[in-house]
Amino acid sequence: MGSSSYKKRMGPIEKQGVVQAYTMLVPTVAIVMAIVLFPLIANFWISFKDVTVSDLRIAEIKVTEKFQKKPKTKGDISKVEYRFNNFSKSSNIKNVNFKDILPKGLVIKELPNNCSISDNIINCQLGDFKPKEKKKIKFETIAENDYFISQENPKDTSPIVKGKSENRLLNLELKLKNFEEIFTSPNFWKTIRISFAYSLFSAIGSLTLGILAAQLLMTTFIGRGIIRGIFLFPYIAPIIAVTITWKILTDPFFGTINGILTQLQILNEPISFLQVRDMTINFLGFEFSFPVALSFVILFESWRYFPLAMIFILARLQSVPKELFEAAEIDGATPLQKFRSITWPLILGVLFVLFLLRFIWTFNKFDDIFLLTGGAAGTKTLTVDVYETGFNIGNLGTGAANAVLVFLILVFAAIFIIRFSPKE
Amino acid sequence: MNNSQKILISLIISSFWGLISNIVLGVFFILLIGSTIQFNYFSYIISSSIITLLIVFYDRKSLQIYISLFILTFILILIFTGLSPYGLNINENSFLQILFLLIQSFIILIGNIICLSGINKMSFNRLFLEILFLRVLKGFGFTFFLTIVLFPFYVMILMSLKTHQLLILNPLDLSIDITRGLNMFRSYIELFTDWGFGYYLLNSLIVSLSSIFIALIFAIPGAYAVARFNFPGKLLMINSILLIYLIPMITLLIPLYSFFTFINLRDSLFGLIIVYPAVTIPVAIYMLQGYFQTIPQELEEAGLVDGLSRTGVILKITLPLSLPAIASVSLFIFMVAWNEYLFAYMFLDTPAIFTLPRGLEQLDGTEVPRQHLMAGSVIATVPVIAVFLWAERYLTGGLTAGGIKG
Repeated sequence: MGSSSYKKRMGPIEKQGVVQAYTMLVPTVAIVMAIVLFPLIANFWISFKDVTVSDLRIAEIKVTEKFQKKPKTKGDISKVEYRFNNFSKSSNIKNVNFKDILPKGLVIKELPNNCSISDNIINCQLGDFKPKEKKKIKFETIAENDYFISQENPKDTSPIVKGKSENRLLNLELKLKNFEEIFTSPNFWKTIRISFAYSLFSAIGSLTLGILAAQLLMTTFIGRGIIRGIFLFPYIAPIIAVTITWKILTDPFFGTINGILTQLQILNEPISFLQVRDMTINFLGFEFSFPVALSFVILFESWRYFPLAMIFILARLQSVPKELFEAAEIDGATPLQKFRSITWPLILGVLFVLFLLRFIWTFNKFDDIFLLTGGAAGTKTLTVDVYETGFNIGNLGTGAANAVLVFLILVFAAIFIIRFSPKE
Repeated sequence: MNNSQKILISLIISSFWGLISNIVLGVFFILLIGSTIQFNYFSYIISSSIITLLIVFYDRKSLQIYISLFILTFILILIFTGLSPYGLNINENSFLQILFLLIQSFIILIGNIICLSGINKMSFNRLFLEILFLRVLKGFGFTFFLTIVLFPFYVMILMSLKTHQLLILNPLDLSIDITRGLNMFRSYIELFTDWGFGYYLLNSLIVSLSSIFIALIFAIPGAYAVARFNFPGKLLMINSILLIYLIPMITLLIPLYSFFTFINLRDSLFGLIIVYPAVTIPVAIYMLQGYFQTIPQELEEAGLVDGLSRTGVILKITLPLSLPAIASVSLFIFMVAWNEYLFAYMFLDTPAIFTLPRGLEQLDGTEVPRQHLMAGSVIATVPVIAVFLWAERYLTGGLTAGGIKG
């Protein structure tokens, strides 16, 4: 159904409808474009630029003004000095123009050669400023009678400096430097691996818990609504509140979990779950290292997002007529048979969509890991890297390049998963 | 089913209940008294088994029998643990010990009765074994899920009522000491008086409510247009709504940060009040247009015939009819705006305009005692859970349609 097919049949009323529809949509589309689509494209642009956080402040010339030897009688000579400073470390400022009003009755003895004066307004062309460049203008003034009537100080009026500072985000200098930096970084593949493991296992974990919880809530019993509400708590509580709580719970010195585990003699000594990268485990004579912090973060994700999977699965199961299950029961199906041949095929579609979305969203997730471990102890994912390169190191360009990478990986992952999805 | 099969199954199930009730209640007991206890798994398993065998072989259902079984469980545990059910002298914390023992006897009895009901009528086959197995699994499942879900919140609340000395002295002690009276809420009061949590709460409210308001103002006409009119590009629009929803927030961070720095919107609540609606509008449109389509078009046409304008129709007919959908969209936006951390963290620098998540993060960075952190977490969590529980019965759609993000 292309748009052209109904265009032909459109009468005046429908045409009016189109106009109305567009008028209603314009503001909505505009705000989403401005805050979501435009930044997405801008992010690609920034990823090709060599910009730092300090470049965001538009470079300006700072002026300081001095007035020495204040005149006491007519004919006294005073000195006026202006100092100009481009504090920016990276930006040129071009065609700098300077204006200031001099008090009445102060006559300039010798006008600096790039300046002009009219109606007591001094106007100077200062030319171009390189980064960190300083310039000065000095002249002497002679006091006349008018000066002593008004007694104004040249410093009473603030000078105006105008210049064309280049905005380093907007110039056309595009480089591949940021991407080179990312791909040559020794930790690049490790970060990718961690991101994938984190997203994959968190998605699987939350879905598994979600299926189990949904099965529990499929039986009818008193207080089911309340329990269903309680099961949603991890998901609706603010992320900052739950991360702080889990950090305190797992604290090796005063943490409740370590206390309980040592009490139950499951652990010999407390473990700092969020700060230990690897732990060597001796199992049946084999030694292997186990990523503690990463596993804990994955468990946290499964804990936080299982309620979501649960609601979706419950919604799917409750939309099925009860007779289906009852009929199977009459036919003598065991509970596991019922699950395998009725429930599982029913929820497979939902599970697939949920897996796709959970995978994508966990891959995108920044807050959870950042708040739990700060990306330390082998939990640095790509999204944490965006923040670190962009704001900790202050290299916005590299940060944006990392964000581009997150975006592209997601697009490909989504296409890949959808291609190999079960047909439904 | 012969007797040896019954005995075998009863013993397995009763051991499970004896063990699990002892572990779960024992952990809670530790948290309440704050000192070490002993776990007498074996005594509990034996008591549980004896009771279970009685239930199976003396299969009478009456209240008197259940009550006497309950008392018997209680006595059996006391005897097998040598009068100290938790390895403590019965004189210390005796009230709690007896209370916990009563609860535990109740759980053991009920768990076994439910799991083993009908065992005498069933034949020993796969169906029966699976049913029994699933009953035990469900019992375990509820215990497991309720524990993992409630435990952090339980610790959050109880720790916030403690003092620094008490927490250092015994981090496991999470009892409530009612004798301290209002002193228990000291950290809450201090957060409001010394740490500016009043402002944070207010700012969070302002941001959330404005976000709801703005998002609805933009989303309602948009959703209405999508639901009611045919226009070129409609299909593209509906598809892109969902795609936009999958765009990672982190890719928007650096451009928005730069852009907002240029136009001086950073470090102001305005910035957040623009961003939050913008990222929630696509979902809001999606949910609302679905609901608008269920409203019969004839109602609106009647309104048009009676001389209402299109705007009048929307305001007087469509909106009042779609209140449930609007409520669930509002709940969704509220939850996003109230809980949002990333942009609040990046955009806000001045403490006076911090939202709760930003203020709490700031608090976490300082050397503040943990009862304050927990009290802050409670302050941030309670409103959103309260709103959710209050609204939940009307609108589960709000979560399923929009809940993916996050």
